[in-house]
Amino acid sequence: MTAAHTLQATGLTLGYKDRTVISGFDLTVPPGRITAIVGANACGKSTLLRAMSRLLAPREGQVLLDGRQVHRTPAKELARTLGLLPQSPIAPEGITVADLVGRGRNPHQGMLSRWSVQDDEAVAAALETTQTLDLSDRPVDELSGGQRQRVWIAMVLAQQTDLLLLDEPTTFLDVSHQVEVLDLLTDLNHTRGTTIVMVLHDLNLAARYADHLVALTDGRVHAAGPPGDVLTTDTVRAVFGLESQVITDPTSGRPLMLPMGRHHAVSASA
Amino acid sequence: MTAVEVVTRSRIRRGRRRHLVIALLVVLVGATFAVTLMVGRTVYPPADVVRVILGEDVPGASFTVGRLRLPRAVLGALAGLCFGLGGVTFQTMLRNPLASPDIIGISSGASAAAAFAIVVLGLGGAQVSVVAVVAGLGVALVIYLLSYRDGVAGTRLILIGIGIAAMLDGVTAYVLSKAPQWELQEAMRWITGSLNGSAWADVVPLLAALVVLGPALLGQARNLAGLQLGDDAASALGVRVERTRILLIVAAVGLIAFATAATGPIAFVAFLAGPIAARVTGPHGSPLVPAALVGALLVLVADLVGQFAFGTRYPVGVVTGALGAPYLIYLIIRTNRTGGSL
Repeated sequence: MTAAHTLQATGLTLGYKDRTVISGFDLTVPPGRITAIVGANACGKSTLLRAMSRLLAPREGQVLLDGRQVHRTPAKELARTLGLLPQSPIAPEGITVADLVGRGRNPHQGMLSRWSVQDDEAVAAALETTQTLDLSDRPVDELSGGQRQRVWIAMVLAQQTDLLLLDEPTTFLDVSHQVEVLDLLTDLNHTRGTTIVMVLHDLNLAARYADHLVALTDGRVHAAGPPGDVLTTDTVRAVFGLESQVITDPTSGRPLMLPMGRHHAVSASA
Repeated sequence: MTAVEVVTRSRIRRGRRRHLVIALLVVLVGATFAVTLMVGRTVYPPADVVRVILGEDVPGASFTVGRLRLPRAVLGALAGLCFGLGGVTFQTMLRNPLASPDIIGISSGASAAAAFAIVVLGLGGAQVSVVAVVAGLGVALVIYLLSYRDGVAGTRLILIGIGIAAMLDGVTAYVLSKAPQWELQEAMRWITGSLNGSAWADVVPLLAALVVLGPALLGQARNLAGLQLGDDAASALGVRVERTRILLIVAAVGLIAFATAATGPIAFVAFLAGPIAARVTGPHGSPLVPAALVGALLVLVADLVGQFAFGTRYPVGVVTGALGAPYLIYLIIRTNRTGGSL
């Protein structure tokens, strides 16, 4: 596995029917690093991920993977390099964890090819990495939210792609499971050099886990770069329309945003 | 035990159950098929049946078994396979057991068209099949377009389909009311489905359809499994969603329509086969082959029951209808309880 893949969007304009969601968007994903995309609700974060992974054709501009347009790349071929975990995938009724994770092997299998040793190895590795091996015979329906999210991540891991896009992988999880999932993704990035691009809701978790932070507003990049440069009171005001303080997180040394709101401000700091 | 061994063993264990169930279903279909050939007003021993099949002339048996029972059994088995395959394809693709072609109007469309072609246009044989297939595809397209609003939602599609089915059943009833009185037996076929009067001429187009469309569907099994995870997840796994969906719809509608043109819309076989197959094989592996076998078994058993369990002979669809209706009610009650809307 190498992390030499480059993923780049240039002059991207995206939309549904007569609504333009993203316009004139440029982004270069740093290879082998973790990129987090943040922004207010409905600012086009998910739309962007869908376009980067070939699910949505751009109106203008292009997405290039290693210099090749993803929309011209055959679906299966792309799926061997670039994986995507959508926001709310559906687990078929009664399916077991191992079977669901096995579906991630699809891009590596031909129409008539049999299940191979490599497939079993990939599934086993994905289950181990996500610590779901002991759940492998359980139906996915019976799992807790945190377990289920780990299983979905295991499925995209079984796909064995060097690039991984995740659309809000921590939604609906309590804080300990959010941290667990993000730690897991960081492990992947550190041990295998997997390039990770994720949309995150929580600005502070994004600042803590990302090497590269992209703040979106109105379908454009407001700021992009290391979290220390991007997460400022100005960015928070421009992107979320919120007054805040940004301090240094004593745990990680990364920036930490404290929203102000209209109440609770101690007069000295206001 | 290493992780790989754990994964491999549990996969093999689940696969073994699936293979066992499939083998058992094959045996059951074969046994029911044999019973259909042997039993009737006159019971023939297996030896006679085998001799007839091998082409020998056996007094009495050659006509009863060779001309009456054999085409009936073959047609029943083929239609069951087609209904089972077509039904489970729709149910899996739309992720809802209610989204079966016999619930959402595709069988009704094929049936109405077949009845129209025979009674009004005076067509027969393969021509009827073609009209039924075209009508089935037409109905599928109409339902799809009517329920399309930023993508197709299962519930909307099902409700629209149920409405269309009711309308088309009305068309069938109207067409049949124009048919001559003496064709009542024949008319029943287009309402509930029947194997009465099966002939080799009915078998040929159905067999051809199954030979062409069956493998086409089975070849899409992996893509169908991808689609179950939702369109986005499927695309991300390299499935070409729209292309796969069109292929699946055309093949499944084709199978349903050809079977309907041959036997009429045998009630609820498409609807029942998939869920029964899922119950007996478990969720591991593709549901296509088990559902096809369950479909064949359902038709053959129901036909035996319809012919011999009561004083009078009932068409096969009456029996499968009596089986399917309670399951339909159960499904609706269950989805209501779990808070779903269909």
